[in-house]
Amino acid sequence: MKRFKTKLLSVVLAATMVISLAACGNTGDAPASSSGSDGPIKVGIINNDPNESGYRTANDRDMHEMFTAENGYDASFAYSNDNDKQIEAAQKFVQDGVDYILLSAAGTAGWDSVLKDAQDAGIKVILFDRTIDASEDLYEASIVSDMAKEGQTAVDWLKGQNLSEYNIIHLQGVMGTAAQQGRTAAVDAAVASDGWNIVTQQTAEWNAEKAQQIVQSVIDSGESFNVIYAENDDMAKGAVAALDKANISHGVGKDVIIIGFDCNKWALEELLNQNWNYDGQCNPFQASYIDSIIKTIESGGTVAEKTVIMDEKGFDATTITAEDVEKYGI
Amino acid sequence: MQTNTQKPGIGKVGTKIFRQQIFIPIAALLLLAIFNLIRDPSFYKITFGYNNLGDPVLSGSLINILDYGSELAILAIGMTLVTAASGGQDISVGAAMAISGSVVLRVLCGTNTRPETLQAPIIVAFLVSCVVAMLFGAFNGVLVAYFKIQPMVATLILFTAGRSIAAWINNNELPIISDPSFGYWGGFIPGIPIPTPFFIAVACMIIIALVLRFTNLGLYTQAVGINESSSKLNGLNPAFIKFLSFVILGLCVAVTGFIKVSRFSTINYSVIAKDIEMDAILAVALGGNPLGGGKFNISASIIGAYVIQFLTTTLYALKVPSDALPAYKAVVVIILVVLSTPIVREWLNNLWKKMKSKQIKEVA
Repeated sequence: MKRFKTKLLSVVLAATMVISLAACGNTGDAPASSSGSDGPIKVGIINNDPNESGYRTANDRDMHEMFTAENGYDASFAYSNDNDKQIEAAQKFVQDGVDYILLSAAGTAGWDSVLKDAQDAGIKVILFDRTIDASEDLYEASIVSDMAKEGQTAVDWLKGQNLSEYNIIHLQGVMGTAAQQGRTAAVDAAVASDGWNIVTQQTAEWNAEKAQQIVQSVIDSGESFNVIYAENDDMAKGAVAALDKANISHGVGKDVIIIGFDCNKWALEELLNQNWNYDGQCNPFQASYIDSIIKTIESGGTVAEKTVIMDEKGFDATTITAEDVEKYGI
Repeated sequence: MQTNTQKPGIGKVGTKIFRQQIFIPIAALLLLAIFNLIRDPSFYKITFGYNNLGDPVLSGSLINILDYGSELAILAIGMTLVTAASGGQDISVGAAMAISGSVVLRVLCGTNTRPETLQAPIIVAFLVSCVVAMLFGAFNGVLVAYFKIQPMVATLILFTAGRSIAAWINNNELPIISDPSFGYWGGFIPGIPIPTPFFIAVACMIIIALVLRFTNLGLYTQAVGINESSSKLNGLNPAFIKFLSFVILGLCVAVTGFIKVSRFSTINYSVIAKDIEMDAILAVALGGNPLGGGKFNISASIIGAYVIQFLTTTLYALKVPSDALPAYKAVVVIILVVLSTPIVREWLNNLWKKMKSKQIKEVA
């Protein structure tokens, strides 16, 4: 009896877990309406968990603001950081008969069959933020950031500073992510071509505290450095905390140059206060690009470019303005 | 903090085992220490300086180990009790830390994410987060103790949902506290050159030592962990003891979460205390505590926690390439954990005895 009770409870518990997950998955407020030619355009949006990062939060907010009833859309949202769950969500959207599936895939593999189903059902697919390993015929367009270009822009800026020597602490993101690979590649290339010296190149896994420990260990070892190249803002913040503790000056016209990425609002404020030197943007605002592509397709036009690379800026502490902080901070 | 308050009946054998158990993490610590001494003696250099605010600070690798290892040491206290009582581990501590840290910021900030002044005294925020973390601990505890779910499965729920709950508490915003006094808890109190987290950890160690000394918590926990039904026959309430261990872990989580958010006066829901549950469980294992429950030694776990930080700091000092870092860590961890398992310890012990008896024979 006791064993039965336990079993029953675990089943109930598992069921509640599944239900709660499903509840998390569908926060769409889409009323069931038929997709007539003059009705709203039905879009199914599959995104990663908005809590994943500030970038994702801004990205999700941007999507919600664009795909509204006022703009002529009927949007459903599904969130997961799990590729399999995302594929399930895509299958559900296919069954629901949406007009468009907008997809930011958690993983690159496994999308072929569901996208084939979508194509057969006449559903158009637009990728945003992340690409997948599938035939280009299966989607209309892919709107992405060029991480390598982001890194290159930052490295070009750094070259333009004309320092007498470059001794760099390079803080990497989680190894293997697109952002890490792109932003690292530019530095590695410059090290090879310009003879820059890498004091240490370590992964702090996007984590401020790990970045602080790495920079602290360099300070403790007594080696000198004059550039910190952190692949996101959090790690730059951690690095700066270590410098502050050791009373090493940083920022515009100071001993150490600080470079971060992602343009968090607080990070741009650091730039405005000249505590940091440079911040590279990773543009989370893809909704307007998607909107214009959908408009093109709906009016019978063809999409000129399969891969759309977004404009991304790099901010210099000497030229940034308070308006920039408001406009581009996420 | 020790459980070897020499209960009558356990006697000589017990003392011997305790001695051996704490010997393993200490040996690991010494091994790392000697390795660093040979590699680069300047690893041990401690310098006295001033930070950018003009306050005195000590810095050096050893100070870093004390600083960053302290959070893990506090968690190890609670994790040891949970392991001993329930025979399983709580894998939700990282997510629970995100929640309690988020609560601290929510209370301090109110509805404004960038307040000029604190909306509530820090102590109030801390106490509220303690209550919340203990409630989440109680939630895990009820599932494990009363519904008899495997601890790892029961805590999987909070592990999955915790970081989203943490984000929800602050409406998915990132609060930043500008009041410098909040940063003292994860940094330095002006005028005191030793990092505050170390003092907090010492305070926690003293409290748990006193609790174990003056209450029967230690004995009861062991009894429940070794044999639940016989402890029941002896008039204990095993379910309540298990429940209690999860609540105590909740309190440890609140303290560490508070330190974590204080370090940068802000929070990042997805990366704060990421994978710390694995390190906490590792600390318990390194301390030589059987992961199936029963006998435990909190001092050994605490030393185990500092060993893990020692290893991390050493690897940073070694400048191991990023992609090779997990491999290095894994190798060292495998060696340490295998060495600290009771089976290997027993085997080594027998080997030692044999060698000794041989020696005696030869001498004779």
